[in-house]
Amino acid sequence: MSQYDAIIIGGGHNGLTCAAYLARAGRKVLVLERRHVLGGAAVSEEVFPGFTFSVCSYVVSLLRPHIIRELDLARHGLQIIPLESSFVPYPDGRSLNRSADPQETRREIAGFSARDAERLDEFRVALTRMSHFVKNVIDNPAAAPGSLRPAELWQQLRLGKALKELGPDLQHLHMQLLTMSAVDFLDMWFESDQLKAPMAVSGIIGTYLGVRSPGTAYVLLHHYMGEIDGAFRSWGFARGGTGQVSNAIAGAARRYGAEIRTEAPVAEVLVRDGQAAGVVLASGEEILARNVVSNLDPHQTFLKMVDPRHFDGDFLGQIRRYKLRGSSGKVNLALDRLPEFACRPGDGPHMRGDIAIAPSIDYLEKAYDEAKYGQYSSRPYLNVVIPSLVDPSVAPPGKHVMSIFVQYAPYQHADGPAAWPEHREAFGDTVIDTLGEYMPTLKDDILHRQVLTPWDLEQQFGLTEGNIFHGELSLEQLAFLRPAAGWARYRTPLRRLWLCGSGAHPGGGIMGAPGELCAKTMLKGSQGRG
Amino acid sequence: MPRPSPFHPRTAPLCEALRWKDWAGYAAVCSYTTYMEREYFAFRHAAGLIDVTPLCKYEVRGARAGEYLAWLMVRDVTRLKPNQVAYTCWCDEHGKIVDDGTVWRLDDDWYRVTAAEPSLAWLSRFAADFDVTVTDVGDRIAALSLQGPRSRAILQQVGDADLDALRFFYLARTRIGAAEVIVTRTGYTGDLGYEVWVDNEDALAVWDALYDAGRPHGLAPAGLDAMDVARIEAGFIMNGVDYYSAPHCLIESRKNTPYELDLGWLVHLDRPDFLGQAALRREAETGPAEKLVCLEYDWDDYERLFARHGLPPEVCPYAWRDPRPVFDVFGNQVGYATSGAWSPTMKRNLALALVRPEMADRGSRLKIEVMVEYVRRKCLATVVEKPVFRDPRTRSLPQHESV
Repeated sequence: MSQYDAIIIGGGHNGLTCAAYLARAGRKVLVLERRHVLGGAAVSEEVFPGFTFSVCSYVVSLLRPHIIRELDLARHGLQIIPLESSFVPYPDGRSLNRSADPQETRREIAGFSARDAERLDEFRVALTRMSHFVKNVIDNPAAAPGSLRPAELWQQLRLGKALKELGPDLQHLHMQLLTMSAVDFLDMWFESDQLKAPMAVSGIIGTYLGVRSPGTAYVLLHHYMGEIDGAFRSWGFARGGTGQVSNAIAGAARRYGAEIRTEAPVAEVLVRDGQAAGVVLASGEEILARNVVSNLDPHQTFLKMVDPRHFDGDFLGQIRRYKLRGSSGKVNLALDRLPEFACRPGDGPHMRGDIAIAPSIDYLEKAYDEAKYGQYSSRPYLNVVIPSLVDPSVAPPGKHVMSIFVQYAPYQHADGPAAWPEHREAFGDTVIDTLGEYMPTLKDDILHRQVLTPWDLEQQFGLTEGNIFHGELSLEQLAFLRPAAGWARYRTPLRRLWLCGSGAHPGGGIMGAPGELCAKTMLKGSQGRG
Repeated sequence: MPRPSPFHPRTAPLCEALRWKDWAGYAAVCSYTTYMEREYFAFRHAAGLIDVTPLCKYEVRGARAGEYLAWLMVRDVTRLKPNQVAYTCWCDEHGKIVDDGTVWRLDDDWYRVTAAEPSLAWLSRFAADFDVTVTDVGDRIAALSLQGPRSRAILQQVGDADLDALRFFYLARTRIGAAEVIVTRTGYTGDLGYEVWVDNEDALAVWDALYDAGRPHGLAPAGLDAMDVARIEAGFIMNGVDYYSAPHCLIESRKNTPYELDLGWLVHLDRPDFLGQAALRREAETGPAEKLVCLEYDWDDYERLFARHGLPPEVCPYAWRDPRPVFDVFGNQVGYATSGAWSPTMKRNLALALVRPEMADRGSRLKIEVMVEYVRRKCLATVVEKPVFRDPRTRSLPQHESV
């Protein structure tokens, strides 16, 4: 007898979201998390006493506002503090800070190009209209082209109508966005390298592509949508670290009656009569359920958790070819005091947003060149945030935590992925040296450091090949192709096995959408009712 | 022309955005930078420091001071223990509200009253009959409000008061550096917070001590815009916005009673005579004519109204206070909203509204006017529990707090 309507493998933020929605609808749900903490890659841990790191994912932007409201996450402790600005220092001692203050931003950009400063508004209008269209795509299950079922036709009609409403100019722009590189796309508006470089990096985050690679323009939009508060807005910190997002969702799930177990690693999915029937824990314990939902990435789910005999060769081939290719690492620092930029000293607003080391397009492209051949960039792109400046709960008074996202650090190291631990500290030194060129006192201010290579992300957090999005956000693996053609609706070829993580539509980031949409699909289908 | 508060030499250089307004005759900062967002989040995550000197302050002294104040106020302030503070409001003979503020019991014969509007005449009307003196100390005492989860830690660093033992709505007489101050555990944000009251001459020293100690805790100087959003989340009403002082109203319908403003919990009816008692007793039986509620806009409906024009939904980036009509679901007007704000913490669009009592139950479905693209529309809204922002830290003592 099944004890549960659904077992969810993995307590990442999507697994928890799925659990919360299922439990809210009265289903009996069990979440099984391998680690001692919930959250997967959206996790806060006190790595050094007094210092709480958002160990992996470090900013929140795409978390769907309706999920915050529907699950009442604010009441369960979720508080998001907006990032104030985007700051870039340049080697020549100049710098650029873009903030919510349009006049100030215009003045800053005009220091590099008066034309660019004026075009920024046009760019924003175009991207906002596009984001509004794409929002239709990510708030709904993936479209199924070619299907004649009424519901599918209706959805495609609605999408078609939204596309039509964009008008010819924006329709063309949309096609360009889907096919162009981030740099080519930005060239349509801007001339100054100093502005384009930090904007272009949104197109490569978490991909194994360069800013001049085709397809990166779309990823740029995906990040531009960074939406909090229900209005199209900037990115933010979760108070207490990104783990608080997961904890708040877990709190909601528990309140609706979901059961959550930590330190309960699942060894495999039980299959009976050709359908998923439960799980076997590493401890040997068997738990039966009417449905099994995997919050793991597609490789873990289909190649490790289930005996491959249950899938046909075509599907397995698609999954094997599904690209994960992690390309980034993370360095987390505990700091004795706040370091300063030589080019803009002090603790002004430029320190309270995100800080990019992305001084030029060529810098970024060179960083990619090295990665193509299995080396981490000798001068990588860095995305730095200091959450303790706006959220004092994560560090002792006067001390700080700094999170540094590093790209490129290819999982496929030239010496093989398993060689990463040997290179870990040298990689960490490279990151510190890179940032140290702009922040002269940084090295002296460091109390502790944690270096995570893509290998570590895989070993510690179960992210196959260290890919932070459960698979690249490249066009050939998005929407109705994510994770495999024909299987973009959270169902899998194995009956009663579902996929609810970032490897499902609409993809990665602390968004919650795959978890929510998976649960809603399950509740709609007869299988969900069990 | 507004005059500077004693903190002006510190606040003026910090106010980069030059956004000021007149608050009770003082120049008060609206926001220090172009957007108040950071100041708001300081209240909720770290600490915000706001100059509240313009609040009116009165000393009430005399052997019968407590008795006198109990007669003026709807709340029985004779129940106050020494060093206790009470939030209260006061009414005219007809039970119509005059102002709201706090009463502090400093000693058996020594009280202090804070008010939103100049109240010396009102407070001293019958003082002679009770042998009580009322003194306006507003110009002599400067005040800072330190609000937010870090406020206790910051104050502990600069003063010698036992803040771990200072309960919600109590006060402590203590020192900050060489300055003698009174610290009250009060505020207008609904969060953990304190207000520090100091003689003008020591004002700058106290600002410096709090500011310097607070910076490592993420303290931000905060202005009225941020406080306005926080107070709506906390469900606090404002004289001159959500209601008007009865003696200043030209017409009867403008006046409100404590029961209408959801302040019925302040009214202690069963005790010796107090001002407005008979009228309030009658209203307690018959029920108020309208009721203050918190409305939450239905977000899906709100989005739809904007989508009709091809627009993404927009929320007002600060608290609004231009009144808006409120309707039943059939479109008949049943009340009016007086102020509102998008709650950045709760992710909800809120309004404080006075509506017919039969519409005031929690869950009641109403509509509120929204202007979209120059067209007046009606957006669905629901009466929700007030306050929308609630956190145990506001009232608790540290030993009862979880880590």
